[in-house]
Amino acid sequence: MSDKDNNIVSSRRAFLGGAVAAGAGALTANAANAQTPDPLITEIQPWAQEFGDGVDAVRYGLPIEHEGDVIRRNVEWLTADTVSSINFTPIHALDGTITPQGCAFERHHSGAIDLKKEDYRLMINGLVDTPLVFSYADLERFPRENHVYFCECAANTGMEWAGAQLNGAQFTHGMIHNMEYTGVPLRTLLEEAGLDTAGDLAGKWVFVEGADASSNGRSIPMEKALDDVLVAFKANGEALRKEHGYPVRLVVPGWEGNMWVKWIRRIEVMDAPVESREETSKYTDTLEDGTSRKWTWAMDAKSVVTSPSPQAPIKHGTGPLVITGLAWSGRGAITRVDVSKDGGKNWETARLAKPGEKMALTRFYLDTDWDGSEMMLQSRAMDDTGYVQPTKTQLREVRGLNSIYHNNCIQTWLVRSNGEAENVEVS
Amino acid sequence: MSKFLKSTALAVAVSLIAAPAFAGKFGLGRPALPEEISAWDGDITPDGTGLPVGSGDALDGEEIFAEKCASCHGDFAEGLGNWPKLAGGADTLNHEDPLKTVGSYWPYLTTTFDYIKRSMPYGDAGSLTDDEVYAMVAYILYSNDLIEDDFVLSNETFFDVEMPNANGFIVDNRAETEYAQWTGEPCMQDCKDVVEVTMRALVLDVTPDQGGAAEDAVAETAEDEVVEVAVDVIDAELAAAGAKVFKKCKACHQIGEGAKNKSGPLLTGIVNGEAGAVEGFKYSKPMKKAAEGGLVWTEAELAAFLAKPRAYLKGTKMSFAGLKKEADQKALIEYLRSFEN
Repeated sequence: MSDKDNNIVSSRRAFLGGAVAAGAGALTANAANAQTPDPLITEIQPWAQEFGDGVDAVRYGLPIEHEGDVIRRNVEWLTADTVSSINFTPIHALDGTITPQGCAFERHHSGAIDLKKEDYRLMINGLVDTPLVFSYADLERFPRENHVYFCECAANTGMEWAGAQLNGAQFTHGMIHNMEYTGVPLRTLLEEAGLDTAGDLAGKWVFVEGADASSNGRSIPMEKALDDVLVAFKANGEALRKEHGYPVRLVVPGWEGNMWVKWIRRIEVMDAPVESREETSKYTDTLEDGTSRKWTWAMDAKSVVTSPSPQAPIKHGTGPLVITGLAWSGRGAITRVDVSKDGGKNWETARLAKPGEKMALTRFYLDTDWDGSEMMLQSRAMDDTGYVQPTKTQLREVRGLNSIYHNNCIQTWLVRSNGEAENVEVS
Repeated sequence: MSKFLKSTALAVAVSLIAAPAFAGKFGLGRPALPEEISAWDGDITPDGTGLPVGSGDALDGEEIFAEKCASCHGDFAEGLGNWPKLAGGADTLNHEDPLKTVGSYWPYLTTTFDYIKRSMPYGDAGSLTDDEVYAMVAYILYSNDLIEDDFVLSNETFFDVEMPNANGFIVDNRAETEYAQWTGEPCMQDCKDVVEVTMRALVLDVTPDQGGAAEDAVAETAEDEVVEVAVDVIDAELAAAGAKVFKKCKACHQIGEGAKNKSGPLLTGIVNGEAGAVEGFKYSKPMKKAAEGGLVWTEAELAAFLAKPRAYLKGTKMSFAGLKKEADQKALIEYLRSFEN
């Protein structure tokens, strides 16, 4: 593998060309016997002779430069301005289930703000016995929990409603990340303020809002607030990143990412939802007859093959091939993932790397032997409610074509015999 | 061990003493003061709870809108480029590509007030008075043909306005319409007769160019070299202060590597550059005229423009109130100066 193969190339044509060239080279390498000795083995290489970096060369490390293409990317034409925009996790290049914070997708409404821990305040008010203000230090004194959850933007795959649009799993399915959160259950904080004043909790709500200029606000039913919502301050063991709400964000397991309010500053117990902009004019789903669904909070079961995929073509020719991808459900745990190589005609059950966990990403593998023929790769997730991920046709039959959010359809990659893959829609 | 237990017991005792009488289980946090609650609790519910006393009409609103909103949302709330359209779209919700605006889609007018008060103007959130918000809401209603121009919108008249799509929403019914039919053992063999590709992403060609990190790294190195030369003439501290002031400009302007024209022109090389000279930007007539007259953005001219844009150049498209403080003007210009062509 030359250095060039490791670098990123600037156009799609060059990208695909490079893939083909690498594929051809690999075919030779697959042959049983090498014709000439490999100089990487027979000659002493500089890294085997000289020193590498000392400790402290980098006090906080980024991935090695050869992984420089594993980065968040945005789709410029989607939004008017990066301050109110979204980018995408490079899921095509990751494995396992935990998303590193540094490449986990960002979504801001007024930009990622710089809010110090000492300037942080969290207010709980409304129908509580004593409205309270917590400092960051206060939050660290409550009993805390660790949970792994996925956070998916409701608009993930939203550009694909009308047809196959974006050529890459990063762009079609990358508005998602999966982290281990450390935080205090919202229930604990609400009980600290006291809920006697609220009376019967059925039909009560909490309104949550952020400290940034958009002060993004969402209403959450009390039942969910008291169930599994976390007020989180760590992710994957370290402080949240600025772009993910440092120092404190809300974690609303299984529900659309917009509700995971970042830089959360206020939680109000109410007897009705606010019906804020983000829960009326946005994050609602317009059906064919013009009526719109609201309060569609849960993210239904979904999956995607992350490799091979348009940004991760097959470069090694025929023979052993690992088909892999991610599956998740906002309503429970993934129990099974099936993979089809022929566009949904026949299916094989994939191997789950670990048993599915509730509202967290599950990694699946199908270890296969590729004969070089064209594939129409699909994956189909099932969760512990018995729900089966639908096709795009099934979704359209119920919802029509005007939806934006909650597209959890089965995705198809057309993998050609040269290993290139393309986002397609099939009959 | 015994020592450990002892100190824990002591800590518990201390915290019990420290805990105020109101406290919940842990005695953490402190009571929120009424002033603090009123500063942050501004939400307004559909029944009008939270609506402040105040009023405004569409004519007042039009003026504020032209100054503070039109650069993104258009003079008639029609939305420029990718920025949201606030008016129009009546009866399009069951058509292909419905146009969703305050008039055609938003079910509650309280949401409009809540959102403008909370989040707008973009880049200067929370700066409007209640009367200004009423006026702005009135202007948006007027743009949607939902009120006459003499209608005064206030906390008293708020619910006289009928929202056309008030009854257009249903609560999530996926459990009934979807979950039941998409549950159970799925087909595994011979599930379809034929499979054909019906649409391909490559045909559309809208995927971003993924050019990348390697090239960027080269560009960055080159930039570093240039910066080294420039450092001795730029007051870094002042420029850093200017970077903060620039936040007010960011909604419309970009500067530096990769900057593009937005609703305002890109500003790289603006200091001591010719006015109206950015390629591809549609300047206002007065700005074009000034450019033809040979206007150059010297630091003095820029300062004068930034102080009061509309007074300096009547008819400019720049809908920005101005930088009152001389220190802000100076800092901003130093920041702008640090980006040379």
